[in-house]
Amino acid sequence: MAEKSFEVSRLPGFASIAILVFIALYLPICTLVFYSFNAGTTLSVWQGFSWRWYIEAWENDVVQAAALRSLQIAVSASFIATVVATMAALATTRRRAFRGQTAIYAFINQPLMVPEIVTAVALLIVFGVIKAWTGYQGLWYLILAHSAFCVPFAYLPIRARLEGMDLSLESAAADLYANPWQTFRFVTLPLLSPGIAAGAMLAFVISLDDVVITEFVKSAGQDTLPTYMLGQLRRTLTPEVNAISTGLLVLTVLLLVGFSLINRKKN
Amino acid sequence: MARTHGASEAERLQAASSTRNAWALSAPALILLFCAAAGPLLVVLIYSFLTAGPTGGVVWDFSTEAWVGVLYTRDIFDDGNLVLADAHLTIFWRSVKISILTTLITFVLGFPTAWFIATRPLKERALWLFLITIPFWTNLLIRTFAITEIIRNEGLLNKILLGIGLISEPLRIMNTDTAVLIGMAYVYLPLMVLPLFAAIDRFDMRLLEAGYDLYASRLQVLRHVVLPIVKPGIIAGSILVFIPSLGAYVTPRVLGGGKNMMIGNFIELQFGQGRNWPLGAALSMTLLLIVMLAMIFYVRAATKGGKSHG
Repeated sequence: MAEKSFEVSRLPGFASIAILVFIALYLPICTLVFYSFNAGTTLSVWQGFSWRWYIEAWENDVVQAAALRSLQIAVSASFIATVVATMAALATTRRRAFRGQTAIYAFINQPLMVPEIVTAVALLIVFGVIKAWTGYQGLWYLILAHSAFCVPFAYLPIRARLEGMDLSLESAAADLYANPWQTFRFVTLPLLSPGIAAGAMLAFVISLDDVVITEFVKSAGQDTLPTYMLGQLRRTLTPEVNAISTGLLVLTVLLLVGFSLINRKKN
Repeated sequence: MARTHGASEAERLQAASSTRNAWALSAPALILLFCAAAGPLLVVLIYSFLTAGPTGGVVWDFSTEAWVGVLYTRDIFDDGNLVLADAHLTIFWRSVKISILTTLITFVLGFPTAWFIATRPLKERALWLFLITIPFWTNLLIRTFAITEIIRNEGLLNKILLGIGLISEPLRIMNTDTAVLIGMAYVYLPLMVLPLFAAIDRFDMRLLEAGYDLYASRLQVLRHVVLPIVKPGIIAGSILVFIPSLGAYVTPRVLGGGKNMMIGNFIELQFGQGRNWPLGAALSMTLLLIVMLAMIFYVRAATKGGKSHG
């Protein structure tokens, strides 16, 4: 039987298109990473391998400050978002349907539905008024804004995890005279932790990547890495932007690998 | 009788207290979202009915001028009569056109890709899917920047085309609608592939066999068996691509230059150089309204699709 069997699920041309799509997806990213190692000052002429731009980015005070700010915001925002999302997820799952449950669900997912530019403009107006009133120009505006749009990203994996959890373990704990707090602390929380970790990671990535809302909310001199890069794109580019991009890219991939490892453990 | 009544009373009280707990537990999330997401939208709505301040900001006088200004402009030579604002219409039309084309392109490329992933052996599938998720989670700005390195005048595309002698001078793609379209299709493709994959993954491949047994061609099977069943995934993917496309800001700003604005950039302009905050607010509300309508269409289409296909 040399003849190839008739593969039911094969559709002609689909595999070639798919391979081309994967190439098209990765070619730009690979080019970007490739030129971050360029010894020359341009993005088009390759002048040999060097770590030069990574060192320059690392030693650039503005980049350093922006990177620290990005991390500070992402850590604070993902922490706040994860805490409130965990509480909300506990409130909206595993209990008899109650009035307003759908409304809570819709409200929590609202940032996913409103175009980012609209939220950005809204926050520009409101925070602008508060800034003028109080005179406070600090980082908390950005942290609050980021926390808010990170909530649905933290909420969804936590909720999914809760819905898949076995209620009988908690009733077993209650039967063994654990009080509700003990049950939560020693039974529910450990079982829920992969969901919480996954939610926190997604929130962290989403906060770290944000451009539009940050660009509108930030006060003078509060650039994060993405808004710094957006500003740089208007000038003559050096491979420094590639080096910063590659750094962020590596961080994202690491977080994603961590995320999928957690998910695999769950299954 | 009395006991059952008592028990149900206790049950009712317990349910009520559990509902109270639910609200108390949700409260921090709801307050946060009200303060830094939903509440400010109401302020935008109010601002859209105020008068523009001379140097930005607003004057607290009620006016519908901003809403009129979404579509019309006052003719300064003709007693301030209303005429359709061509510049605004051009921007709306460009936004809608680019968003629809982006949705179509991502579907045409995304469907075969999703199909390919869904028909891989189980072991390989996770890897292919992961390859789609990496760009999905990678910073949008970085991906936009990456595509500029390909399509700009000295970019990889021109180098290759010049190298093989297909063109004699570089294609000037940057700062055109085409550049924005290429960029949008590139950055939003994963948003199309993931829901399509989810739908195709659930598809029962035995139905294909049944189709072929009944002498249907591949095209007929695709058209009459596969597409109707994975329709919810197609709708979900289209909405996921169409909505952010319509509100896109970063990609048109980086690839379109100053002239090829989309609604998002036009809104920003009103809060920057344009200095017409009420108009910016009215434009934001218009964009939100279009998105909400698209969402309602999606929910209706999805529930309808769900009914007819179980």
